[in-house]
Amino acid sequence: MKNPTIFLVFAAFVLAASFQPASAEGGNLLIKNGTILTVTQGIIAKGDILILNGIIRQIGENINPPAGVKVIEASGKFVLPGIIDSHTHIALAGTNEGSEAITPEADVGAVINADDTAILTALSGGVTMAHTMHGSANPIGGPNVVLKMKWGKPSEDLVVTEALRTLKFALGENVKQSSRTILPGGPPPRYPQTRMGVNAIMRREFLRAQNYMAAWDRYNKLKASKIPPKILLPPRRDLRLEVLADLLRGKMVARCHDYQATEALEFIGLAKEFGFKIAAFEHAWEAYKIADELAGEKIGISVFADSWAYKMEAAEGIAYDAGYCAKKGVLVSINSDSGERIRRLFNDASKTMKYGGLSENEALSLITINPAIQLGVDRIVGSLEVGKQADIAIFNEHPMSAYARCDMTIIDGDAYFDRAALLREREEAAKKAEVAKKGGRP
Amino acid sequence: MTKRCWILLLIVILAAGFISGQTKTAKITAIRGAKIIPVVGEDLDVGTILIKDGKIEAIGKDISIPAGAEIVEAKGWRAYPGMIDSYAFLGLQEITGVNETVDNRETGRMNPQVRAVEALRYDSMHIPIARSNGITAALVAPAGGVIAGQSVLIKLDGWTNREMVVKNPAAMQIEFPGIRGARGGGGGGSGQRGAAAADAGRLIAELKDLFTKARFYEKRKNYAAKTLTLALPEFDETAEFLLPVVKGQTPVMISVHADRDIRAAIQFVKEENLKAIFFGAEQGWKVADDLKKAEIPVIIGSLYDLPPVWDDGYDQLFLNPVVMNKAGVKIAFASVSATMAKDLPYHAAKAAAFGLDKKEALKAVTIYPAEIFGVEKLMGSLEKGKTANIVLSDGDILETRTNIQKVFIDGKECDLSNRYTELLEKFKKRS
Repeated sequence: MKNPTIFLVFAAFVLAASFQPASAEGGNLLIKNGTILTVTQGIIAKGDILILNGIIRQIGENINPPAGVKVIEASGKFVLPGIIDSHTHIALAGTNEGSEAITPEADVGAVINADDTAILTALSGGVTMAHTMHGSANPIGGPNVVLKMKWGKPSEDLVVTEALRTLKFALGENVKQSSRTILPGGPPPRYPQTRMGVNAIMRREFLRAQNYMAAWDRYNKLKASKIPPKILLPPRRDLRLEVLADLLRGKMVARCHDYQATEALEFIGLAKEFGFKIAAFEHAWEAYKIADELAGEKIGISVFADSWAYKMEAAEGIAYDAGYCAKKGVLVSINSDSGERIRRLFNDASKTMKYGGLSENEALSLITINPAIQLGVDRIVGSLEVGKQADIAIFNEHPMSAYARCDMTIIDGDAYFDRAALLREREEAAKKAEVAKKGGRP
Repeated sequence: MTKRCWILLLIVILAAGFISGQTKTAKITAIRGAKIIPVVGEDLDVGTILIKDGKIEAIGKDISIPAGAEIVEAKGWRAYPGMIDSYAFLGLQEITGVNETVDNRETGRMNPQVRAVEALRYDSMHIPIARSNGITAALVAPAGGVIAGQSVLIKLDGWTNREMVVKNPAAMQIEFPGIRGARGGGGGGSGQRGAAAADAGRLIAELKDLFTKARFYEKRKNYAAKTLTLALPEFDETAEFLLPVVKGQTPVMISVHADRDIRAAIQFVKEENLKAIFFGAEQGWKVADDLKKAEIPVIIGSLYDLPPVWDDGYDQLFLNPVVMNKAGVKIAFASVSATMAKDLPYHAAKAAAFGLDKKEALKAVTIYPAEIFGVEKLMGSLEKGKTANIVLSDGDILETRTNIQKVFIDGKECDLSNRYTELLEKFKKRS
């Protein structure tokens, strides 16, 4: 095809047609006879899950389908909670506002791209929810957003409003622009260029935010006083500092891109100094060196299983990181940070059984209930429990087996990915093509 | 020399022969009690493997263990042949983002003269990690440009780069353009560097020109060697190092991706009468019968990738080896990596998840690569007479959860500690 735009539209159409169920089930389904991995409440060797209006209503054996509810036969298959990716950049029209070091006002929630085919890729790997984040180009990036992988729906339908509001921070090589070449006559280097500077600039912004909050407090006090001054001007509103103030007020939590142990400890120091909460460190390739501190401070980590040595600060990123930290009591999730790896998160999670000695269920937790807790959505998803939203994946084998394949992905009780249906469509298309080739009419 | 001297010398020689003969009566190692998966031949539920002089001396159910043999108790474990990574950057890359540690990509387009073995960092931190996951040999390949250079087949053990060599050169690496200018499979073959020609047709014409030049170069050299009055041809580096390929002594490994390019590559190989292996072949499923007919084996690129053509289907990369295997094409898997070389078995398992027979998946990381690289008499299966590259595991070697218990290369038990375990042990001491 000569026109790439036409091609892309065509490709998206073809994909949309094959991934979207012909008719939505309206959030009502009965999954029958599967091995149910609830994650939080054990395993049911052969059980059923009844979903009504997108909510799990019943989990048990021999549940009869209410009238009009579609039945999905899952015998021989494994039914698990939809996989949650705690750190991605998919489904965005922009990732990094890297022009300045401090950009907390740059909210990725404003640039959600619901047409990103990475959503389909995610679905094909059993992923139902992703924390899609501002990039790591600057020490203070911007707010992130949690999305359900509802392909074909408008972007506002994807947003998980129940999730914690998270703010992206970043440390180390990316923010000190280690790989940037400063050309003679080109733009000068951006402050900061060292890890000292990174910590200093964040402290500066937190002090500034404290000052800003104090100015508003004083204004509000005066305004509320019995005899307010006749001329009382409010402080100038600062959208940048408003976001940081929300963090310091506890209305947001920090998610901090970090590689080295030192910078992580210093960021923990900042969090204590200014009283904000760190939900998790991202990548955290040296978390195993400070596992006690992380467990003690109840700070989670969101890491790769073993993708390492791609840059200097990842050179001590050992595959035992996730498993070892989990055993030490750190809340660990395995993330993809990629529109490709997202479809094999289950493979990555399974590696913690070899490197770290986690059990099947512990390994599965790293991509289900643990990321749900990190994102503050464990009340609604992350495990198969009555009352939770019906975000479910169905696999051919145990998801912690290297031979596992995702066969169906369900969100709010609707199938968004159905491999069997897709194979049927392919077969029909091939048949039609065969007939057309012979000159007949389909 | 007097007669007495001769006699003395004879005695010395005999004595030396006796002593060295004694040291050569190397110890025998006996692995007993393991389930044996020889890959070639039937599995044995419980069996014994005898290792002598680095080779498999005997293998079977009722093997008597000679007195004095060192015994490795392997009850409850499985014995597999060591796995072979068919395309890796082991020893050529340490930290991929730090150029100072990357030696797999030479600049320029035509580099038949560069040899992977000459840059091979034998003590790379990635080699012991791959080895500890049951990988005992790898094809280490240069990449980039059009003629990327000469790859080498190594065993993952040795104190110097040359000690590791199994076959050198293994192949001449040639790269065709990627599909629609997109990625070519995780850094192996790609046209995106701008170095590769825009279309395969022009590229093939250019290669044919180089091959013809090489043939004439050799002719002129031969004539000149016979007749002093004929001038020697001016030294031509490209021609010089293409000669073994042109003569069919060194196979070419062509990194090729789109179906039409694969067809063109088959034609090219036939016309030039080359020994060929294809790499990547993401659209090989479309031309599987042509590949089978041409008897060209295919090294599957990394499955940690998206399909280069979206409307081929989300699972096209996974189905590709399944279709080719069913059509009778000999396939092998590859990590296409240094940092993730340990993951070789999981690429095979991924294809199995999408329909590849599990036994075939195992063959595609053991005996098939051995056959493809012409070392099937040495490795790739557990058979009497082969090099004792043996992996003992507590489960299916392609499963992520399986722990590798022991690895033998050339009959020698390997140290399984590595960068991962060293750092872990170091920081475990904190508490």
